[in-house]
Amino acid sequence: MSAVSGSSSSPTRPPESAPGAAAAIEVSHLTKVFGPRTAVADVSFTVARGEVFGFLGPNGAGKTTTVRMLGTLIAPTSGSAVVAGISLGPARAAEIRQHISIMPEAPGLYRRLTVTENLDFFARLYGLPRREQRIAEALAAVGLSDRAHDLTANLSKGLRQRAALARTLLNDPSVMFLDEPTSGLDPVAAHEVHGLIGTLRDRGVTIFLTTHRLDEAQRLCDRVAIMNTSLLTIGRPDELRQKLFNRSLAVTTVAPLARPDQVFAGLPGVQSWQTADQPADQSAAQSAARPAGQSAARPSDRSGGPAGPRPAGYVLTVSDPAQAAPAVTRALVAAGADVLSIAESQHSLEDVYLELIDDTEGRTR
Amino acid sequence: MSMSATRIGAVIRKELSEFRRNRFILVTATILPIVFLISPTVTILAIKASTASTVLDRRVDTSLFLPLLIPVFVPALLSAYAVVGEREQGTLEPVLTTPVSAVEFLLGKATAIFMPAVGVAYLMFGVFVAITQIGAVPAVATAVLHAPQLPAALVFIPLLAGWAIWVGLAISARATDTRVSQQLSTLASLPPLAVAALFSFNVISPTFAVAAAFAGGLLVIDGLACFAVARVFDRERLITGTKPTSGSYRTRGA
Repeated sequence: MSAVSGSSSSPTRPPESAPGAAAAIEVSHLTKVFGPRTAVADVSFTVARGEVFGFLGPNGAGKTTTVRMLGTLIAPTSGSAVVAGISLGPARAAEIRQHISIMPEAPGLYRRLTVTENLDFFARLYGLPRREQRIAEALAAVGLSDRAHDLTANLSKGLRQRAALARTLLNDPSVMFLDEPTSGLDPVAAHEVHGLIGTLRDRGVTIFLTTHRLDEAQRLCDRVAIMNTSLLTIGRPDELRQKLFNRSLAVTTVAPLARPDQVFAGLPGVQSWQTADQPADQSAAQSAARPAGQSAARPSDRSGGPAGPRPAGYVLTVSDPAQAAPAVTRALVAAGADVLSIAESQHSLEDVYLELIDDTEGRTR
Repeated sequence: MSMSATRIGAVIRKELSEFRRNRFILVTATILPIVFLISPTVTILAIKASTASTVLDRRVDTSLFLPLLIPVFVPALLSAYAVVGEREQGTLEPVLTTPVSAVEFLLGKATAIFMPAVGVAYLMFGVFVAITQIGAVPAVATAVLHAPQLPAALVFIPLLAGWAIWVGLAISARATDTRVSQQLSTLASLPPLAVAALFSFNVISPTFAVAAAFAGGLLVIDGLACFAVARVFDRERLITGTKPTSGSYRTRGA
């Protein structure tokens, strides 16, 4: 993927808050009902131009239905949207399609045609001038120039995925909808696709990325939306983590504190505390590193192994980790505790996702 | 957005390229016409000079009817696959994300099927006539050459093919399974062939006026069928498999 080499795969140019910026996609109360089933319920959001927007949710959450509505493949039951500056509706559907591209989850290539013949067909459907040059550029961008004349039936799944990605580049779209673009790709190929997405963002292309890979969303997306029929939340990944989870410090001591309440109570910035569950292997590893002479046993230790204390963990809910950490350290030292680590707890986008999805699925059960 | 010859041409090119590389299509388009050719050719070549004129006429009528099956069955099988086949192999959705309209897509498909189907039918008819002129006894050869069904067949081959194509595309756009689509398309192609059979066997008197009226009717149907089939070509139904519940994108040819 020569065209994308050297580009960063992490968001380097996060757009300003979407509602204020020039919008590439504006969705207002979009709803889709299939018979008795509501696939998408009253979804509203805005995607800024040049933004990489992640669209997350479990299977059947309505992600693909939303993409299909925005791509003019199916009509919404109610609500409205503007895509690439054009209002969604039958009258201007073809005009929208001219300015966007959609990569469905399945590559959808004609297996009896070569890669170039596939791309040429689509280039003609878009009515593109200089087709040969556009095809060559698209193939170079996804690193498929040397397989241009191979039948797509002879390509591996990963290479077919790349060919499909090349197809979405042909019409130089202002908005791209990518449905699981790295599905089936090996890590190197997936990394190259991430690089390509970064390059496209740098060119000002708006990317609407549907993915199940939360690490991918966290790395690539300026903002993410999590939905499960309705929109559950939307924001930057770090914002969502902060919004959903209290900030906290994870404290690990060599042995359990005799009176933790006395140690942590009243410290500046510390709102509450609780003991933390510690993975067995981590406990074992930390136990091996324990200084000699420590003998206090952890109350929860039921391993039945050699007698001796095991490291103890505490989670402190704090208002500001930078303010609380020094005070906590001093208090622990004053209490005679041997401190293994003090660090701010890091919640991943996966934690946010699971918290929200578990919550909504719990409600529906 | 107006109709684009480029987009229609793109669909035709793609279809023809796929036909060339699809063994099933090549077999259908060559073996089936040959089978329909063998029987009438053998029948004509077997007629002796002493055969009574009524028997001769009946055999010539039958022999000139059988090649009319070619422009019905070959396009029926191809058009039945055209939409539902793409849907099954996952290639339809990417196409529908482009600016191509339903009418452009269907016209491209229909033209791509029409050309080889009608070409093969004319070729087989030509081969049949040539063989009979060379191999049949002179009286029989003359009877074939001057049979009124011969020029009628030249007119009806493209008309019957047109009917079979549009009926097949309409069924293909609504079917959820290729095999069902092919069976239904073959059945639905038969009505005009039945009328042609009635002409051939003199059940309906094959006057020029009646034949012209029948041909004119088929021509009008074939001409308007594209827009009628475009009405049943619904993007939402094709992609989701469900009946659209609100204003869909099939209107305005979008």
